[in-house]
This record gives sequence, C-alpha cells and structure tokens, in this order.
Amino acid sequence: MSLDDDLTARSDDSETAQSAHMSLSQITKRYGGVTALDAVDFKCDLGSIHAVLGENGAGKSTLIKVMSGVVTPDEGVMKLAGNPITFAGPSAANAAGIVCIFQELSLLPDLTVADNISIADPPRWFGLIDAGAQRRRAETLLARIGCEDVNPLSLVRDLPLSRRQMVEIAKALAKDPTVLILDEATSALTATDVDRVFEILRLLRDDGISILTISHRMHEIEAVADRCSVFRNGQHVQTFDQGTRTADQIVQMMIGREISTHFPPKPDPGSSETTGEEQPAKALELTAFSWDDRLSNLNLNVEAGEIVGLGGLDGQGQKELLLGLFGVLKATSGTISVNGRPARINSPLDAKKAGIEMALVPEDRKIEGLMLPMSIEDNLAVASLDRLSRGLLVDRHALQAATEDGIRRMQIKVGNITDPVSTLSGGNQQKVVIAKWLMTNPKIILLNDPTRGIDVGTKQEIYHLLRDLAEEGAAILFYSTDYEELIGCCDRVVVMYDGQIVRELEGENITEHNIITSALNINGATP
Amino acid sequence: MTSATYFSDLKVRVAQNTGLCLVIVGFIAFYVFYNMNHPRGFSTAVYIQNSNEVFTLAMVAMAQTVPVLMGGLDLSVGAIMTLVNCLASHLLSGSPIQILLGMITCLATGALCGFINGCVVVYGRIQPIIATLATGAIFMGIALFLRPSPGGNVDGDLSWAATNDLFEVAATYGLFDDGKAAWFQPIAWLPVPLLLILITAAFIWMPFARSVTGRSVYAVGSGEGAAYMSGLNINRAKLAAFTLGGFFAGIGGLYLALQTSSGNADIPQAGAYTLNSIAAVVIGGTSLLGGVGSAIGSIFGALVLRTISFNFRIFEIDPLLQPLFEGVVLLAAVSLGALSVLRVKNTLESFR
Amino acid sequence: MTTQDTPVSTRRFAISADDKPIIVAACFILVILAIGTGYTLITQGTATLLSPAYLLQQLQVGAFLGVVAAGMMLVILLGHIDLSIPWTVAAAAMMATAVGGAAAIPVGLAVGLLVGLVNGLGVAYLRIPSMIFTLGVNAVMRGLMVAYTGGFAPQTAATPLMQYLAVGKIAGIPVALLVWAVVSVGVIMLLNRSAIGRYIYAIGNKEAAAYLAGVPTKRVIIIAFCLCGMLSGLAGTLLAGYSTKAYQGMGDAYLLPAIAAVVIGGTQILGGRGRYLGTLVGVILIVLLNSVLSIMQMPEAGRQVIYGTVIILMLLVYGRNQKVTQ
Repeated sequence: MSLDDDLTARSDDSETAQSAHMSLSQITKRYGGVTALDAVDFKCDLGSIHAVLGENGAGKSTLIKVMSGVVTPDEGVMKLAGNPITFAGPSAANAAGIVCIFQELSLLPDLTVADNISIADPPRWFGLIDAGAQRRRAETLLARIGCEDVNPLSLVRDLPLSRRQMVEIAKALAKDPTVLILDEATSALTATDVDRVFEILRLLRDDGISILTISHRMHEIEAVADRCSVFRNGQHVQTFDQGTRTADQIVQMMIGREISTHFPPKPDPGSSETTGEEQPAKALELTAFSWDDRLSNLNLNVEAGEIVGLGGLDGQGQKELLLGLFGVLKATSGTISVNGRPARINSPLDAKKAGIEMALVPEDRKIEGLMLPMSIEDNLAVASLDRLSRGLLVDRHALQAATEDGIRRMQIKVGNITDPVSTLSGGNQQKVVIAKWLMTNPKIILLNDPTRGIDVGTKQEIYHLLRDLAEEGAAILFYSTDYEELIGCCDRVVVMYDGQIVRELEGENITEHNIITSALNINGATP
Repeated sequence: MTSATYFSDLKVRVAQNTGLCLVIVGFIAFYVFYNMNHPRGFSTAVYIQNSNEVFTLAMVAMAQTVPVLMGGLDLSVGAIMTLVNCLASHLLSGSPIQILLGMITCLATGALCGFINGCVVVYGRIQPIIATLATGAIFMGIALFLRPSPGGNVDGDLSWAATNDLFEVAATYGLFDDGKAAWFQPIAWLPVPLLLILITAAFIWMPFARSVTGRSVYAVGSGEGAAYMSGLNINRAKLAAFTLGGFFAGIGGLYLALQTSSGNADIPQAGAYTLNSIAAVVIGGTSLLGGVGSAIGSIFGALVLRTISFNFRIFEIDPLLQPLFEGVVLLAAVSLGALSVLRVKNTLESFR
Repeated sequence: MTTQDTPVSTRRFAISADDKPIIVAACFILVILAIGTGYTLITQGTATLLSPAYLLQQLQVGAFLGVVAAGMMLVILLGHIDLSIPWTVAAAAMMATAVGGAAAIPVGLAVGLLVGLVNGLGVAYLRIPSMIFTLGVNAVMRGLMVAYTGGFAPQTAATPLMQYLAVGKIAGIPVALLVWAVVSVGVIMLLNRSAIGRYIYAIGNKEAAAYLAGVPTKRVIIIAFCLCGMLSGLAGTLLAGYSTKAYQGMGDAYLLPAIAAVVIGGTQILGGRGRYLGTLVGVILIVLLNSVLSIMQMPEAGRQVIYGTVIILMLLVYGRNQKVTQ
C-alpha cells in the first residue's frame, strides 16, 4: 500500500488544466447499489492520445458511456471547450463532436462500405442518396486513414475483421469528431493490423483530434499513448505522461482492492498429492485443444477435488474454452479425456451422459441459463427430466423430491415453486441455474463467471458450495472476471491471453500482481 | 471515371450479386431454349403472350421482396392482389376520367392494405407472419364481398392496349398516325406489360432503394440492433416496406383485371400467388433473413418460374406435374439458402 | 416479459397469466351463443343453438378441427408453425381411401407421420424457417396428389371403419367426439406429464437455454412435427370418412382456423406458453362462430373477414407485451 500512496502523492493532474478540451468533474454514476464511477475528475486534450487503464470493473466502460452520451451521470459536470454540456443520447454527443467506437462493431454487414460510412446522414440529391458523392466521401475518409485499398463498393461482410475496424473508424470520422473514443478497438486485431490502427491514430492526433483509447494490452499503450490514466474501483487513481511510470508501477496502481469477502479455507496443497508412484487419471484433461482462430493449442487438466480458475481479461477465449468442452462449438481439434478415457462431446446432451457427467453454468443466465417465464420447478428439472422419467411419463414424486433437494441444497428462497423463475432475485436465479445442474450429480463442473451481478451474500454461499463440491470429488473449472475470487477460491489459476494459456499459477503464486501481469501479457511476447 | 475503374467496379458488383447474375443467365438460357423450340419463336406475338403471363407474378414477387428485405414476410400479397383485382373489375369502365380515377383508387387501395399490415406489425407488435396471415383473410373477405362470383366490366380499349404491343396502344388511341409514324417503328413491337415492368422497376423501385428509407429497410434486415444504433428510423422503414409491398401487389391486381377483363376472388389462386412470390424472391437471390437482394432479382425469379412453365407447355409435359415441380423448385431453393447455417461454428449462434 | 407477482397467500384466488385468454375466450363463446340464440329466437322463434343435440352435432364437426389444432399447438409451442397441414390432410385422406381395407387408417396416419418427419428434419437440421419449409412441403404434397389423382377427386371410397369413426355414435355421443377426446387426453398427458412436453415448452421459451441444459432439441422438434403430421393424417382419414371420400382441397379449410384456435386459446405464437385447455376453448369458439355465421347465412366473404379480425383482436388483447422479433 505504501507504494500506492506514494504514487498518488506524485499525481500531476494540475498540469494541463487550462488546455483541457473535454473535462469531467466529480462525475458519479451508480447502478443500483454499485457505484461504477465515484466522483471522477478527468480531462482530455486536443492533439493527444490518452489511454485509460484499469482491471475489469474499474469503471472504464462507464466513463466512456458517460462521455459518449449512452448513460447520464447521477452527479457531476461535464465541460466541452469550457462550456457545460449534457447529452440526451449518443446522437447528441455525436453532434457535439464526441464519437465513440464501441467494442461490438456497429456496421451493417450486408451494406457496402460507402453505405455504412454515410449511414446516419448520406449526401442527398433531390431526396435520393447521391451514390457518387457518397462514394467520394468514403474514398476521402478512407484515404485520410491510409486505407485506399478498401473499395467503397465492397460489402462489409466480405472484408476481413481488421478492415472492418478501419471502416468503423472512417464511419466515426464522417461525423467530424473532435473527441474520438475507442473502446478496446484493437482487441480483435492481429499485431500488424494494430500497428496500422496506431499509425492512423497518430495521424488523427496530428490533425488535432483528441483520442481516448481503452486497451488492455500494455505494450500497445506504450507504443501509442501520450498520456495514461489509471482507474480502480470506479475511481480515477492517477494521470501521467506515458513513459514516466514503469509497467510494474502501473500494475500496482491497478490492484489494491480491499478484500471484502471471506473465502472458505483451501485444502493444504500437499495433502492431496498422492504418495504412490501411479498417477491417478485426471478427471478432465485437454490436449492441443483448438477452435477456429479463437482457441489455439490449449493443454489443461483438472483433477477430481480440485478447483481450477480461468483468469485473464475478458474475451481472451475463456468462454469459448468452456463452450468447447461442453460440446457447443463445432469443428474443435485436440482431445478431451475424462478420467483417462477420450470423450467425444458433440453437444451438451453428450456432455451430460454417464461417464462424462459434465455441467456448465453459462455466462448469461437470462438467455443461456434459464427459461425466464417458466416456473422455478420447470427450470430446476429441465436438465434431469430424463433421469426422473419412468417410461414416457415424468415420475412426479421423484421430481418433487429432486427439486426440493435442489432448493434445500442451494438454499433458494422460494415462495411457490410454480411461480415463474423471473420473479426471483438475481442471486436466487443463479442459484436455480446451479441447482439445476447439481440435480444431475455432475462430476465435472464448468462455471462461466457465475457471480457476476450477484449480491455478496450469495457469492459467499457459492464459494462455499464450490469448495464442498470439490471435497465431494468434483472437478471444477471456474472462469471469473473477478481476480479476488480466483485468488480466494482456486487451487490453481490458468491465465489466458489471446486464445492461449500464458501462465499457470499455483499455491502461493496466485496473487493479484501475478494474475494481472500475465493477463496483460507484460512479460510474454505477443502471440 | 476511367474505363479501367469502371470495369473493376463492375467486377465488384457482379461478384456481390452472383445470385442475381445466375438467375439472369438462367432466365436467358431457358427463354432462348423455349423460343428455339416454339413454332413461332422469337416473334412479337410470343413476347406479348409471355409478358402478359409474367406480369402479375412479377409484381407480386416485387411486393414480397420489400418485407423480406426487412427480415419479415408478407403472406397477404396474394390477397391484396386479389382484392385490387376485384376492385378494378368494378372501377375500370366509363369515361377516361373515371377510369383514371379508378386506377388511382386501385393503386391506393393496394398501398393502404400494405400500410395496414405495417401498422399491425409495428404498433400491434404482432409477428409479420401471423399478422399478414390474418390480414390476408380480411383482404380476401373484402375481395369476396366485391366479387362473390367471377366477372366484371373492364374498358375494352384499355384492356386491349395494356396487354399488347406499343403499336396497338398507338392504334387504339390514335397516337403517332395510328402507330405508323416512322420514328415509332423501332419501339412499336415492345409489349406493354414488359414496358410497365421496366417502368415500375426504374421509377418506383430504384428510387426507393436509393432513398434513406429504402436504405433503412436494408439496414433493418441486415441487423436491427446496428441499424438502431446508427440512428435510423426503424418503424418508418417497416411501415414503408409493407406499404410499398401492398402498392406493388396492387399494380399486379390492377393488371390482372385488365388482362382477364374481370375480377375473381379465388382463394386458392391468391394462395398460389403468395407461394410463388416467395419462390420467385428466393430464386431471385434475396435472402429470407433480410438485408440482401433486390426486387429486380425477384422479377427475374418470376421470369424463371414462368419460363419453366412455358417449356412444360411446349414439350407437352403433363400439366399435372407442374404443381409438383413448382413445389420442388421452391423447396430446393430455400434449402440451398439454408446451407450457410451448416457452416456456423458455434451452435449457440444458430438459435436466432 | 410480464410476470404474475401474486403473493403466495392470495394465489388461489388469482388468475394466472395463462388463464386469462382462456377465460376471455370462454366469455366470448357465451357472447356468440347469446347472439346466435337471439337471432334464432327473432327469426325462427326457437333456441336451436342451445339444444344438446345441436351442440353435439356441432362438436362432432368441430372434432376434425380439434384434432388438427392439437397437432398444430405442439408445433406452435415450439415456436414453429406447420403450414403443410392442408395437403397433409388431403394426402392422408386420399391415400387411406386408395388403400382401403384394414390398412386404410394406418396408411393415413403413416402419410401424416412421413410429412411430419420431413418437416421436422428440415426445420431441426437445416434450420430453415418452418414457415417457409412447411409451405414448400405443402406445395410438394399438393403436386404429388395432383399428379396422382389427375386433379380430380379420387373415385375410391372411405372404409366402413373410417365412416364409423367419423359419423357413428356410441350411446348418442358421436364417435368423432370420442376420438377428439382421446387425442386431447394424449396431448394433455404429453404436455403436462412427459419429459418431451416439458422440453417442448423449454425450447419454445429459450432454445439456447434448453440446448445448454442438455435437452435433445433436434429430436424434440422432429417428434413434435411428426405428431402434428400424424394428427393431420388422422383428421384427414376422419374427414374422408365423414364425406365418404377424399377430394381436392379438403384440408384447405383447416389451416387458418387451426392456427386461429391455438392462438385464440392463449398460446403464444412465438412459442413457450399456452395451455391445451385454451386450444380446446379456441376450437369450440371457432366452431360455434362458424355455426352461428351459417345460421345467419353469412357468406364466405364475411367469414374470412371475421376470422382475420378475431385473430388480430385476440392477439392484440393478449399479445401486447410478448417478446418481439430481434
């Protein structure tokens, strides 16, 4: 903590106060009980590239949403060129010259590049779109960012991802911005394409545009940013000129959250190791597992009774890994072995079968986990109806016993089990998802960020449950965007970066510092 | 623009519209084949007869295209066409002014029916498929009110002029020295229905496709979320798509009245037109998922469908096999369109 | 998404969201009966509509629609639709009468099953929108039947058993009504008591969630389409028995009313919600509407308009807040 205090003391926020193009003061935004932005002061200048850093949930996304008019702050003042402003929506922000390129592309795949660039306000000639003028405009804008090779007549869906990103930038430029915000705009690009985007960003900076970029890749920030701001827990920690802090110092600024939850004790790592010469077969073993261009050559194993955490920044392939294991992805390569025997899993139905007995708590409980309008009972039973049926009909007594057992085990607070599951709180809904799978007695449990958006009490219950399940012999693979959870819960943590496993941490080595350094891939080479 | 870039642009456009190009080539091949085997092939008489047989389906196919581009489907196009057909069988007689007003009323009725569809979909928030199934029944009922049994009174001159070549138009209305003016001769052979299709495509469809609303229709079909994020008016696009569809169906119904000199509220016939319109749209290279395609393609889709029937006729193949053949063509066309689904690598993405 | 936030204690007296359409539709039946009876009282001085014999006769006619609607409901609950019903009905009737003898009814059912299988395979594996695929299958079936019969009504007649099932009576109760009752019990058991029934609701609600829960989604889709086809085949054989022979276009009058009955009964057209009781009420509503309209000598035109209007109005009443297409 002392280093952190030291850094804060050396903050040089005041330097550029007079020349700030856009400034935020005391901006606060709350979602329910969660404070996403806490009295944030922030400035950005014309003709400068400003990087915003912070771990998952530090408030970066909310900052961008406030600046680009997607959400309205609860408190605080925003100023543009010295004048206070408020935005009714994204288009109002666009009109004021603030344009944001969000992580998910907003291009229409079936329309041409020229159509997309001018979609909001195409040049018109007697009310009809002037194709010639629209094309010239596209050519000019593409030339400005050095993408003359993109034909304005090609369809967006025919372009490679990197070119689409360029079109997205050109589309943003068509709105004539003074502030251009990029939310992880490079996360889907290869190194060469990233260089290209940086080239463009520098050009735009030299044109006097204020550029704000969110990136998780430290070396990219080093390459392109003029200034950096670090966020943590919804607060602005510090802003400094790029190059004045070491990577290690930056990591120190990003971590340092207070531990607010209690975790069940971990078993002594030594005790679980077998003394005999024969290694028991791993409950789950993955060899050279690859899929599409999102997962490459993963090797991973989970022992029975072990909780293995999946770490890393959002979207580095963790979700795909879990789905791939569960048979959802087609054309995966490599082998999956369960208890030493190769397993062919082509669908969740296969994953559920005897001999594999896998369960997946999916990412989005509202879309993938639950049938919201259906009753609690139906949702609990859906994964185990096959084993609760006698012949064609469902055995009602067995069903009732099983659902009651599930509810008791997860301590779900239910009024009436025939109520729609949507009437439950978020935490109880997630418990229903987990209970649904516990009713199938799984041996391998995959969890995709199961505590997202859940109250602290339920979180702790889930941690204890996971430990109990592990002690009963389940093998657990647990992806979380919350590092604290990984540290508190897991026997081992595997960190992923760009579809690969970059580091495996065990025992004492599972620290926030280690997880963040490997998540940012500071030491590793760019894949 | 230099000719080099012109040709490279052309290459890009052809590559983007392989479906359309294929259907055009297919049509030409079928049609030349047909004419070569027809005893009076390559003659104005054959062209006139064929373009008459194609016109209504071409219009209904264009009508279906617009909602499909938006990602919907209109099961009432056949009913709207029939309704306007029955209405026209009452209105297309009397003084020239009366006839003109009658035609305008017919077209406005078609557009109104489409607009009603749009309102039910946009403001009633009912699925396009079920909404148009229900409105289709209503339109059909009104058509039956108007024409409980086939019949009607259609101005003979207009009917004759609209279903022949330009020479007959001029002769009927005493224009251009009864069509004998020397300058008129190079175009005198053109069949009127063909000309009307070209006019509809060039002066109604093309401007619509190039308007902001038309672009929005494509955008909604391509991705409603992204279209909304881009600040487009989604509701207006949907209303416009259904209204224009109804208008095209109205043209088809109006023409059918001129062609048959009567109105006929035939439920199976309306159903067949709806079915064939979907087939024509799919064959014409328009994606049923929306966003890709054009009404021009659907015209050629209708041409292909009809030309296949012409060939049936010339080779005296059992007409009883024709419905089967049409069904198989439609099924094959939609199944081909679905092949992209099999390439999805993440099964979750196939649940839409 | 509306949810009924009824406190547990008052639950017994509250009306659940799924019951509301059924009650509305039941009230509408009473309105139809009242209007019809008023009409007959004024014009004929009798209340024909309310006599048990008349009602039984109407229900006997309604049984054919009821059987079709039961199958259609299974498919609609999945979030799909089957537009191949008209020619499945006709094809089953034509094949059943053509084969004749003891095999007639099994052949009729088998034809329906086969069409349903094709539909199910196309929808589950090719993932072609059911709307389009079943429309195409309908066209193919029509083509096959036109080619087979030469476009005329087949000369073959329905077997005595088919006629008995359609028009016979046991203790004054039409056998067709009993067939409908058996089908209804079967569908109720399937939907409420079997795993497949729960799976159908689950897929209709959120196919992705059902799939991730290990539900055999493809198999369930195929089974539902097969059942729908088979029930259409059953309706076809009954219908052929009723009119003693099969004829072209005999199924055309069943598609729209079947969809209407299901939707009026409160089943959501996008799937996932709806009770079979609602479909029963919907069928009775349509049958009575039909008979009142024919007592009033309403022409076909008026019927079409009234059908369309009733569907849209009922959907507007129930469906304002259901999920909208993405």
